[in-house]
Amino acid sequence: MKSITTSKSGLDLIMKKYRTTVGLEIHAELKTRSKMFCACVNDAHETRPNHNICPVCMGHPGTLPVINKAAVRHVLRVGAAVGGALEFNFTEFDRKNYFYPDIPKGYQLSQYKYPLVVGGSVCGVPLTRIHLEEDTAASGHDEGNYSLVDFNRAGVPLMELVTEPLITTPEQASAFGKELQLLLRYLGVSDANMEKGEMRVEANISVAEDLGTDERGYPKVFGTKVEVKNLNSFKAVERAIAYEVERHTGLIERGEKIIQETRGWDEVGQKTFSQRKKENSHDYRYFPDPDLPKLVLKEVPGFAIDDIMSSLPELPQAKRNRLKTEYGIKDADIEVLVSEPVLAQFFEHVALVLEDKKDMIALAANYILSDFMSHIKKSDLPLDEAIARLAFSAKDFAGLIRMVATNVVSSRGAKDILVIMVSLGGNPETIATEKGLKQVSDTGSMEKIAKEVIESHPNVVAEYKAGKEASLQFLVGQGMKVSKGSANPGVLRDTIKKIIG
Amino acid sequence: MAKSIIDLKALTIELAHAALVRGDFTAAELAQAYLDEIAEKNKDINAYLEVFDDVLEQATKAQSLVKPENMLAGIPIAIKDNILIKGRRVGSASKILEGYVAPYDATAIKKLRDAGVVFLGRVNMDEFAMGGSTENSAYGVTRNPHDVSRVAGGSSGGSAAAVSMNGALAALGSDTGGSVRQPASYCGVVGFKPTYGSISRHGLMAMGSSLDVIGTITKTVRDSRILFDAMKGKDSFDSTSIDIPAVNSQKKPIIGVPRSFLTGDGIDPAVIKSFDESLKRLAGLGYEIKDIELPNIKYSLAVYYVIMPAEVSTNLSRFDGVKFGAKVEGKDLLEDYLLTRASGFGREARRRIMLGTYVLSSGYYDAYYNKANSVRELIKNDFVKAFELVDVIVTPTAPSPAFRVGEKVSDPVAMYLEDIFTVPANLVGIPALSVPAGSVEIDGKNLPIGVQFSAKQGAEDLLLGVTEVFLGEIK
Repeated sequence: MKSITTSKSGLDLIMKKYRTTVGLEIHAELKTRSKMFCACVNDAHETRPNHNICPVCMGHPGTLPVINKAAVRHVLRVGAAVGGALEFNFTEFDRKNYFYPDIPKGYQLSQYKYPLVVGGSVCGVPLTRIHLEEDTAASGHDEGNYSLVDFNRAGVPLMELVTEPLITTPEQASAFGKELQLLLRYLGVSDANMEKGEMRVEANISVAEDLGTDERGYPKVFGTKVEVKNLNSFKAVERAIAYEVERHTGLIERGEKIIQETRGWDEVGQKTFSQRKKENSHDYRYFPDPDLPKLVLKEVPGFAIDDIMSSLPELPQAKRNRLKTEYGIKDADIEVLVSEPVLAQFFEHVALVLEDKKDMIALAANYILSDFMSHIKKSDLPLDEAIARLAFSAKDFAGLIRMVATNVVSSRGAKDILVIMVSLGGNPETIATEKGLKQVSDTGSMEKIAKEVIESHPNVVAEYKAGKEASLQFLVGQGMKVSKGSANPGVLRDTIKKIIG
Repeated sequence: MAKSIIDLKALTIELAHAALVRGDFTAAELAQAYLDEIAEKNKDINAYLEVFDDVLEQATKAQSLVKPENMLAGIPIAIKDNILIKGRRVGSASKILEGYVAPYDATAIKKLRDAGVVFLGRVNMDEFAMGGSTENSAYGVTRNPHDVSRVAGGSSGGSAAAVSMNGALAALGSDTGGSVRQPASYCGVVGFKPTYGSISRHGLMAMGSSLDVIGTITKTVRDSRILFDAMKGKDSFDSTSIDIPAVNSQKKPIIGVPRSFLTGDGIDPAVIKSFDESLKRLAGLGYEIKDIELPNIKYSLAVYYVIMPAEVSTNLSRFDGVKFGAKVEGKDLLEDYLLTRASGFGREARRRIMLGTYVLSSGYYDAYYNKANSVRELIKNDFVKAFELVDVIVTPTAPSPAFRVGEKVSDPVAMYLEDIFTVPANLVGIPALSVPAGSVEIDGKNLPIGVQFSAKQGAEDLLLGVTEVFLGEIK
């Protein structure tokens, strides 16, 4: 994060004069059984080159596309989730014409005039549109004096989401991306892993003198737009935007011209580099694909707005709100739970057992997100698998929390019990009894220990009486030693205080 | 086996089927008779680009399917070079597909194969079906069996000539602006272009996707019906395909004539004369004949020559030398493309790619492509209105009989005008067919002249019925 901090401090000065405008274009590969326009298996990660291909996705003569309705439904659900207007009149696919070895037909099927979704917003950033298209093949240029093309990815359904140019900081851009990723995962429409290319972010960045905004919040003046591609992580998104803002600002300050172009992100050098100048840009000659009739959504079973709406799960923002009002847990904890639905599910099962005891539930959240998580991480399994394979139930875990909350075991003891539960399973109550981890807190035992400690350390008692608070802590520590850790430190503390008077 | 045993000249699918069922000859004997005829005639006509090496094996296999209910079992037909037969060379008569072998069967081929059809070979055409004379084939022109100094028409010239020279019982063609009907008219055979989408386009190389349809070349309308019934129907591989509903009407169809469309310059007097005789024949058969107006039909060619090249320009983009077909290596990727496509495509293909690229370009799209589509809607509406008054519309098929080889090569616009009567059916998507309606003697040769019948979308049954009566095939 260092480079960001540096550039940020630079930005602070600049911000007074300049305004950064960022719009994002985000592609996400959709999870469907088959490809967008043919029956081939949709698996862009297939390692055998050109394994999932057929005459249709190879663009052989005489082949025709057939729309994958599951992919259309995915995009409609995303559209409904972001509050966009779904094109319920009709939608159509257009041919985007250009030549490159990774597009088998010499055109990519995409959507131009009539996208599936118009408008909506994520994280308060308004969306322009969401449309559906087909992914390209993957080209490899690293083997000698030729290129190889792998068509496994060609024709994989790809969603493209475009935001309005209303993002103003690198952090806002990556927050948007993270929230969208979460949303796509909640909806089950995409795994959206950036490092695997399942979600790809392009940022359109411009910097101009800040002359304020119009009534809709758009800058009155836009600078020259530069598009940055190959952003394979949210960090890269932030850094590339910060880098470009600094670069543009420098150019403006020096009175130089910003060139409208496409730039790539160099992860190693942590900088952007020029890829393609605007004057080489394509005229894509979009026109509606005559091989595909207009899709009238209301005529397709399951595409009615009510069906789409009722298919939506609880969405991340709704879940945040509910976790807060229902359990009153910390925002940071909520964020982790929202980003890991299986963890949230486990937490909610535990909470259900703990009924409406808010303190215990908050304690449960703490334990789940600290001790429990560190055990899970040690297992090296994916979270959902690790939770599915747990040797104990949510009810057992709730039992452990209840013992901690009612001082039956100490937090130290609870950690030891959890280790046993994780490795061997079992009832926490039984483990606590067997291992002698239950805390002693009955008055008789406590008074006995307290008296012993007071008698053995008259000097410390005198210090405490003279007003040295820390001395009390020492006495409690000694008492814990005497009890071999089984005493309840809180009760012990109260007892010592009471006796000393 | 002496070839005279079977009289190919008189043979139709119906008659051949009956003879096969009776056992007059076997499917292999029939196939051999056609192979012999092709061997003799094709060197002058150049209808076939390739005669398949397994024709007799196919015929022997088909013999077991010969039954009264299997009309097409053992029937030898020719296939236009733009329809894919799995494992066979196919190339749309273009150099750019040199060496290309079809990786799958077209749906129409699959259906015919299942019905026991014997595929004799692939026949010549204008490159990627662009042209009206097969002079745009990379493999030489197909000549008209009625006069070898003249063209067979196009683009399905090979299909029409193959049937006309008795080199096949029937042939498949494709029709984008008249490519089945015009050569049928020139060669004196029946050319049928069914409703758009009624036969799957899966496996038909695309020219103008919103216009293309597989059609048939046969000797009789009844044979067209047999082939159509075998190939028609919605196909899961073609989203634009449709089922044709069965229509049963007892009413005597009314014939419409768009008079004002038939008075323009450039229509050969022999064609007008033949057309008038056809109308008389129809009247004599008891049909009511009405004059109709199709006010926007005069824009058909203009609309067609915007929409078709637009679609052509992108449909042919896939031929880039990367995945299949011919490739010429250049110094970089751009040069690979330029050299491959410049040497692979012929002049007409390149002309239409350029035209289409132009009309789709930003800044011109609205003026050309959008405007053309608006006018196309107007023409469609004209036909909708006309079909409220009449059931069948009759026009000549082509403005002239077959022209001489080379006569129009240097004048593409004159060549485009040959499509004037046939293009509207493609723009509107309606079924139309050309049937022989007489001939004209020029330089001692009898040149056939066709007449075109069309009906509304899906009204195949009615259309074929009227023409069967017109040709005296049924009463």
